[in-house]
Amino acid sequence: MFDFDATVLARIQFAFTVSFHIIFPAITIGLATYLAVLEGLWLKTNNQIYQQLYQFWVKIFAINFGMGVVSGIVMAYQFGTHWSGFSAFAGSVTGPLLTYEVLTAFFLEAGFLGVMLFGQNKVGKKLHFFATCMVATGTVISTFWILASNSWMHTPQGFEIIDNRVVPIDWWQIVFNPSFPYRLTHMTVAAFLSSAFFVGASAAWQLLKGNDTPAIRKMLSMAMWMALIVAPLQAVIGDFHGLNTLEYQPVKIAAMEGHWRNEGNEPTPLILFAMPDMDKQTNHFSLEIPGLASLILKHDITKQVPALTEFPAEDWPNVPLVFWSFRVMVGLGVLMILAGVWSLYLRRKQTLYSNRLFLRLVLLLGPAGLIATLAGWFTTELGRQPWVIQGLMRTQDAVSSHSVTHLSLSLMMFVICYFGIFGVGYRYMMRLISKGPVSQGIEHHG
Amino acid sequence: MEFDLPLIWFGIIIFATLMYIVMDGFDLGIGILFPFIHDEDDRDVMVNTVAPVWDGNETWLVLGGASLLGAFPLAYAIVLEALTIPLLIMLLALIFRGVAFEFRFKSSAETKPFWDKAFMFGSIIATFAQGVVLGAFISGVSVDGQRFSGSSFDWLSPFSLFCGFGLMLAYALLGATWLVKKCTGTLKTTMQQLAKVLAICLLMTIGIVSLWTPFVQPNIALRWFSLPNLFYFAPVPLLVLLCTKALIRALNTEDDYRPFLLTLALIFLGFSGLGISIWPHIIPPTISLWQAAAPESSLGFMLIGALMIIPLILAYTFWSYYVFRGKVTKDAGYH
Repeated sequence: MFDFDATVLARIQFAFTVSFHIIFPAITIGLATYLAVLEGLWLKTNNQIYQQLYQFWVKIFAINFGMGVVSGIVMAYQFGTHWSGFSAFAGSVTGPLLTYEVLTAFFLEAGFLGVMLFGQNKVGKKLHFFATCMVATGTVISTFWILASNSWMHTPQGFEIIDNRVVPIDWWQIVFNPSFPYRLTHMTVAAFLSSAFFVGASAAWQLLKGNDTPAIRKMLSMAMWMALIVAPLQAVIGDFHGLNTLEYQPVKIAAMEGHWRNEGNEPTPLILFAMPDMDKQTNHFSLEIPGLASLILKHDITKQVPALTEFPAEDWPNVPLVFWSFRVMVGLGVLMILAGVWSLYLRRKQTLYSNRLFLRLVLLLGPAGLIATLAGWFTTELGRQPWVIQGLMRTQDAVSSHSVTHLSLSLMMFVICYFGIFGVGYRYMMRLISKGPVSQGIEHHG
Repeated sequence: MEFDLPLIWFGIIIFATLMYIVMDGFDLGIGILFPFIHDEDDRDVMVNTVAPVWDGNETWLVLGGASLLGAFPLAYAIVLEALTIPLLIMLLALIFRGVAFEFRFKSSAETKPFWDKAFMFGSIIATFAQGVVLGAFISGVSVDGQRFSGSSFDWLSPFSLFCGFGLMLAYALLGATWLVKKCTGTLKTTMQQLAKVLAICLLMTIGIVSLWTPFVQPNIALRWFSLPNLFYFAPVPLLVLLCTKALIRALNTEDDYRPFLLTLALIFLGFSGLGISIWPHIIPPTISLWQAAAPESSLGFMLIGALMIIPLILAYTFWSYYVFRGKVTKDAGYH
């Protein structure tokens, strides 16, 4: 099994470090906005519950933010250390976008974070609220730029190739490339949804332990309203994103659907379960609903969805991986929608805070948003393979020329350090969450 | 276009690097100074002097990387590939010390010493790796056409290792004089004493690096020791001497600000000497900044943002430092 070549190892390392990293920003984006809302409500209503919740979540936010920053710096340098071919070829596009992210987002977050975490006794309440809002704004701006850059790699436009280098022609077209609006909203909403379930599960945990306070009820209530509204919305955005992908990256859709070939005029079925086999170009143990994929993707039961065999095999991604990561995402999404709807029903029956089965489900769904986010990224990024920039540059041409030994060692170092450090960080976060919000007195961060 | 965009971007990247060296320099310096301070309360004070600002300081490193990618993609690709190993070591070390800021205060009494060590060794190793990167960069990178043509260990040389030690001294001095500014009592006096020793060591190191550099790269010797350049550049070493002298004098008084400001001046001089040595190459010794520059459309697009936003960043960064001005004491109660 150790027949990995350098490109595969570099890809595993990138996937590993970026997957670890994305968890922190996903939570940070949602929590920062949540904290801004809490502090705003506190300033407006003077209700102590909001302040308690703010004090509680800001500590967890701080740990999470720190881990996000340090794992993010790795990303900014890894493009050069491991993907020098890509950087030399397309740095003229991705570099300026990343620079804008640093200038408009990273500095904003970092600059106001100090005041947010440590400045409660140093500045007035309103100025402190302003600092929290700036941090929250920074996280959203950051999403904007990084997704512009990523979307461009999926649906590149606004450039010319001169001397084997990408030369930007129209920045508006580059930033607002065809898949950008869908990707941006899909990811932002995913971050909000992840945080909603993270917060909701923390509340459910406390309630299950018998710690039933007004603050904890408020936590669950806010989280479940969020889930109720945002989870179905996410499904709609996802559908639009899928249609966009069908237009620009039909091979990816075919892989997501496990759709090998079109026969006659038969409409495309939706495959619920299957074991795709790339060698035999077919699915084993397939369970399908006739015509449904045509209906979802073409909004017309008679039209066929393009199939894998209509494209050269060297342009296919790894079908089983794309197929299954997509299903993990959708499956978790459905569970989150159900939890939201169930919460509404229980709210009306006034058993939202006492129905143990529901609370257990919400606790179980704590990491659901994050896992779905990761699965979604796996779907879209693996689905773009073998291209690093769709149609322009293949991944094998993007990689630096490091030896297999070198790459194996550095991958091992990352795996050990990340699991060690972020495992500890996770434990500290869980320890804080298990204590729950403190009901009395003003506490300082830390 | 009449502006020399690559040159302007070269200037911005130099500025970002200098900001990084100065700002993250003093907070990395805090970790390098940990071995000299054993009292837990004192260590808490040391960390608390930088806890609200370290994050912003480290962002300059990200700006340096991102704008190098955007403005000089070729240099970013080649230099980073050549320096992968020391850079990865630096990144991992920065992770350890970065999380230690939060973890030190979240951990139990038994695990706190571990995170103290993570903070200390993280700071030391990250700094050392940065110095090695700097040294290896000055020594030059082998390029064949548009790709790096050397081996994974080209960066490893006595010169680059010595630069690693040199940068540790520089950051430690920045950290010590920062603490003179931010602390009181015995911690301040200890730092004043330590800073004097560090200043003299740093002066010697700057001297050795200056003499060594021309031997590493013949072009650099030519740059410094030919006429009339020699006359233009002669003030640099002279100013370094004067600065160190003033610094040591300031450390013998109770002055809070002057030692730190003089250290900044010293670092700035050392850095400008480095700039003189490599100019105008962005991949020494062969590829000039114009050869490695991104297309004008990239440079122009980035420049609009940089010119509008960097002043704003400096303004709110200054404000944040202003909010946390003054001495930090044991009962500051941040955590």
